[in-house]
Amino acid sequence: MLALEQILNGLQFGVMLFLLSAGLTLVFGVMGLLNLAQGSLYMIGAYAAAYAGARTGSFIAGILAGITAAAAVGMLTEYLVLRRLYSRSHLDQVLATYGLILFFNEGITILFGRQPLYVDIPASLNGAIQLATGLSYSTYRLVIIAVGLLVGIGLYVLIGHTRLGMLVRAGATHREILRAMGTRIRLIYTIVFGLGALLAGLAGAMAGPVSAVQVGMGEQILILTFVVVIIGGLGSVRGAVLGAILVGVVDTLTRVYLPVLLKTLMSNASADAIGGGLSSMGVYLLMALVLLCRPRGLLAGSV
Amino acid sequence: MLWALLWERLRGMVAGAAFLHFRKLKGNSTMRNSIVLSVFATALFAHLAIAQNEVRIGMITTLSGPAGYLGEDVRDGFQLAVDEENGKLGGIPVRTLVEDDGLKPGQGKEIANRFLGTEKVKVLTGFIFSNVLAAVAPDAFEAGAFVISPNAGPSNFAGKDCNKLYFVTSWQNDAVFEAAGQNATNLGKKRGYVLAPNYQAGKDAIAGFKRFFKGEIVGETYTRLDQTDFGPEMAQIRAANPDAVFQFHPGGLGITFIKQYVQAGLQDTPMFVGGSGLDRRILTAVGQAAQGVNITSQWNADFDNPASRAFVAAFETKYKRVPDSYASQGYDTARLLASALKAVHGDLSNSDSLRQALLKADFVSVRGAFRFVRNQHPIQDLYALRAMKDASGALDIKTIGKVLSDHTDAYGAACNL
Repeated sequence: MLALEQILNGLQFGVMLFLLSAGLTLVFGVMGLLNLAQGSLYMIGAYAAAYAGARTGSFIAGILAGITAAAAVGMLTEYLVLRRLYSRSHLDQVLATYGLILFFNEGITILFGRQPLYVDIPASLNGAIQLATGLSYSTYRLVIIAVGLLVGIGLYVLIGHTRLGMLVRAGATHREILRAMGTRIRLIYTIVFGLGALLAGLAGAMAGPVSAVQVGMGEQILILTFVVVIIGGLGSVRGAVLGAILVGVVDTLTRVYLPVLLKTLMSNASADAIGGGLSSMGVYLLMALVLLCRPRGLLAGSV
Repeated sequence: MLWALLWERLRGMVAGAAFLHFRKLKGNSTMRNSIVLSVFATALFAHLAIAQNEVRIGMITTLSGPAGYLGEDVRDGFQLAVDEENGKLGGIPVRTLVEDDGLKPGQGKEIANRFLGTEKVKVLTGFIFSNVLAAVAPDAFEAGAFVISPNAGPSNFAGKDCNKLYFVTSWQNDAVFEAAGQNATNLGKKRGYVLAPNYQAGKDAIAGFKRFFKGEIVGETYTRLDQTDFGPEMAQIRAANPDAVFQFHPGGLGITFIKQYVQAGLQDTPMFVGGSGLDRRILTAVGQAAQGVNITSQWNADFDNPASRAFVAAFETKYKRVPDSYASQGYDTARLLASALKAVHGDLSNSDSLRQALLKADFVSVRGAFRFVRNQHPIQDLYALRAMKDASGALDIKTIGKVLSDHTDAYGAACNL
């Protein structure tokens, strides 16, 4: 039962990673843009949700404010800054979007100060649900998993079965032809970026009650999202789903069970220390392994 | 500030130029000229006297990033002591140069080199994090400058690397965690579960707790510094069924940890943290989930001694917030420096006499009794605090009682001073 709970923990962590990496991978796939500032949009979502939630007293209003703010800031950034970077090298993009991280961090500090914000779980979601005998799991975390799965299905329908999705897919592979046929590709870019930002904002807004809402919160999770994108295959949303779940579960399980495993081989103290060290490498080992077998990621080439 | 500085420089230059000019005329000087001369000369020497007596203090502290509020508190506490004497410490005019190290050892080193070089600073303070301190201290020792740490107290500088020029006014890093271990023992806890991030300070914290905890350790988990989710750890804690959980997670990690601890339904298992594990900023961000958390520290804002009451009142008036212990450490550092500057009459040329003056610790600390031991770290009492509701129903940090008396660190034996 403990193992099952840990798998649920991994799944929930994977869902958060997916919401962040979906935008990242879409933006890279469609526009070829490396965007380090995705973590900042996550932070903006969290702050907007915390602020609106505290002002209105409604958790739903907070979530809506979070995704709106992140999408709005995302589209504005795309329009003002990132547009100029599409034709530049990846190094320029990394430098410019790193600059954006500093800009947003400082901006939030000026607006909200250094005091981390307080967000509570809404009363209706506080508590645990009995899933089976001996296994009860936090309602809020179950909701996160459910929201993540819904977003995954929604993205699948949007990209695979709508006209916008068709344009997005076409934009990823045949940019010039699309432009020649008179499609306003810049508008599509803005929409795609806005969508990615919205998902990051959603992740941030939902993370508020379980983690610290503070300046720089996005950078902590950013590196793992890149691992997810690389494992899943650059530009593939389905890959991001698979990668995120894999990373979430592997990360959680190695963290929990590696020290236990090592304890059968060595003394307790050193097993804890070495296990802790090894498990932090777990996902990177996974990434290396995936890249060995499939150098372009698990589902590269399919949106 | 800048204009005042420019004016001061300008005044000195004008006085100097006029002095030289009148010296040339001295051969056929008239009465009038001599009077003017003496007026200018007095102005010049007065200026030089001020410039010579003004003590420059370099404050390298962490002001940006999530941990920026720690440096802010230390800076504000220090400044309060300077302001109370109208820009002096111990009657000696001081100028405090404050720079942000951004929690980057390299940046701290660069600032230190500038302070020690062009600014001719003889006293460095402000350090929040041990890694910045460790990078800066050797340069300061080489330049013959004093390092007075108001927060960071790494073990190597308390032991074999101790130095005549190095003082710590807060504690050796392990102290509050050792007190946490003692506190858990005093409360009759038998099964402890310990968690900390997998880096030096985390390992030190766990070692410190274990040194004074007499019960059994039923689980020991090393987390990561970039961790955002503690779900798996909570499940492990629940499975191990401890009667005390000790955790050390600085800043945002701590907020996340305490929130998820309660969300996982573990609130009935008492949690123990060291001083910075739950300060007032974290308390505000964590809210009700923090209720009942056991904290150990050398000072708390509700301490009932005259020095502490006066400090808290002055701090609240000036900065409109309740000081955390970092602010008290900044204040105590300034008061310690004031006592030493007074004893040597602002003359820093003899570092040995300044050292002797600092060692006396001839000031009234807001924490009560305060002395230095041989390795120039404090010997002091440590207290148990708890996050609990006050009369108005708001959550606050209250002092419960003394945990360790005249506590010293475990590393001093290796120090040959």
